[in-house]
Amino acid sequence: MSIIVNHLTYRYNPGTAMESTALDDINLKIEDGEFIGLIGHTGSGKSTLVQQLNGILKPTSGGVYVDGADIGDDGYDLKKLRGEVGLVFQYPEHQLFETDVFKDVCFGPKNLGLTQKETELRAYEALKQVGIADEYFYQSPFDLSGGQKRRVAIAGVLAMKPKVLILDEPTAGLDPKGRDELLDKLTSIRQDTGCTIILVSHSMEDVARYADRIVVMHKGRIAFDDTPMEVFKHRDELKEMGLGVPGITETMYKLKDAGFPVSTDIITVDTAVTEIMKVLGR
Amino acid sequence: MLRDITLGQYYPAESVIHRLDPRVKLLGTLIFLTSLFITKSFYGYIPALLFLIFIIKASKVPFSFMVRGMKAIAFLLVFSVVLNLFLTQGDVVFTWWKLKITKQGIQTAGFMAIRLTFLIIGSSVMTLTTTPNNLTDGLEKGLGFLKIIHVPVHEISMMMSIALRFIPILMEETDKIMKAQMARGADFDSGNMFKRVKALVPLLVPLFVSAFRRANDLAMAMEARCYRGGEGRTKMKPLKYHRRDAIGYLILALYLGVIIALRILLK
Repeated sequence: MSIIVNHLTYRYNPGTAMESTALDDINLKIEDGEFIGLIGHTGSGKSTLVQQLNGILKPTSGGVYVDGADIGDDGYDLKKLRGEVGLVFQYPEHQLFETDVFKDVCFGPKNLGLTQKETELRAYEALKQVGIADEYFYQSPFDLSGGQKRRVAIAGVLAMKPKVLILDEPTAGLDPKGRDELLDKLTSIRQDTGCTIILVSHSMEDVARYADRIVVMHKGRIAFDDTPMEVFKHRDELKEMGLGVPGITETMYKLKDAGFPVSTDIITVDTAVTEIMKVLGR
Repeated sequence: MLRDITLGQYYPAESVIHRLDPRVKLLGTLIFLTSLFITKSFYGYIPALLFLIFIIKASKVPFSFMVRGMKAIAFLLVFSVVLNLFLTQGDVVFTWWKLKITKQGIQTAGFMAIRLTFLIIGSSVMTLTTTPNNLTDGLEKGLGFLKIIHVPVHEISMMMSIALRFIPILMEETDKIMKAQMARGADFDSGNMFKRVKALVPLLVPLFVSAFRRANDLAMAMEARCYRGGEGRTKMKPLKYHRRDAIGYLILALYLGVIIALRILLK
């Protein structure tokens, strides 16, 4: 399932004194099975961009094409699209409403018009995918812990079996353990289902570790769109945008400044260890 | 639709009316509203109209903003005018089928339309030129004398300012939850009445939960800063009367005088 964003511009409150341009001439092509990290400073337009991809916001000009069809066309089946492009909002646990966990996860597939049996099957599968044990299925979602609630909410989107899964800062407010668990779950979900994942994040470490393509947003425009290795070569520009590079890359830069002949094209701890050992001659 | 509600909306501008003490504006609104009901003849509304035009001009708030508030009550206005027009007994001036329009009916309907319009515009001038905080400060100080008979004035005004403060927050929250449920295939604007009401459950439950959570957080934050009600509490910016407020009161007294005089003279 390919998504093409073509010269998309979006303004909030057009025609009023409060008008502001959130997205400015965005062009983007998302291929099948990619793991994209979407990063940018607060207010750079990341969240606005992902809401365009499933038709929740309508572009002011330009368009979004999914499998060749313009999703802004009259009569385009937006409900079906939202099943295929699953969007998990920030703090998704705030959307839970049902009396028990299982029913809540059923909400999405039920809206797609699936049979009762298929709905329940998908809900069960989705809850298993995010690692919620059976004993929680019939508890109130409000009695769960923060991390569990978050995973149940993500299961609510997963149960629609999206071909593209978009997560808007899914790790915000989680502790390091919860964060790693969640991101590892995402990787395994991707391996199992082959879906495309777009991860909106603030954390350079997370995207460097998981994504194979990084899109950097700055003031409503795309600043960089490349592999993590290439993007993190622009250390100074990224810093100017208030972003920076992963801590380990920063460390390599500092080592180089201190006179060690190390390479700075390093974004993970493992490769950093090898590089440092090599330079030290061990 | 929610965004059309201008109640409690503030329009920032630099004007004398904006800088007036909120107590002057509160009393002024009260006097203006009362004056609308004192008058018994159409001529009596001329000073009210002039007064309103004078205030609007002085407030530097675009007139279109005042009219926006009218939209919300347009239905009520038409409804009451039509009812009064056709259902008032008296000298018939016009008959069509079973409907009769009487002289008294036209008069009452006219009064009703003028009163309602002036009432809404008059009170929106106050809310448009006064920040919610200022307004509740004014209420608290202006009604302070009620403390003698043990009315918890401070608590009431605190509740009011918190409620006003929460309107935009809850509006934003509604928007967010609505989008999140739409991403899960929820449909808010199709189907029959019953279906639509049912579709609101996934919106209202999270909204209530979040309202309670926010209220709880706020209470905690207030307690952490040792809030314990109004007794002995001081203000960072205490309300103080200035020369312009005295002039404001003078103009109000003058206006009230004119209205009462007209009422006596134009029997």
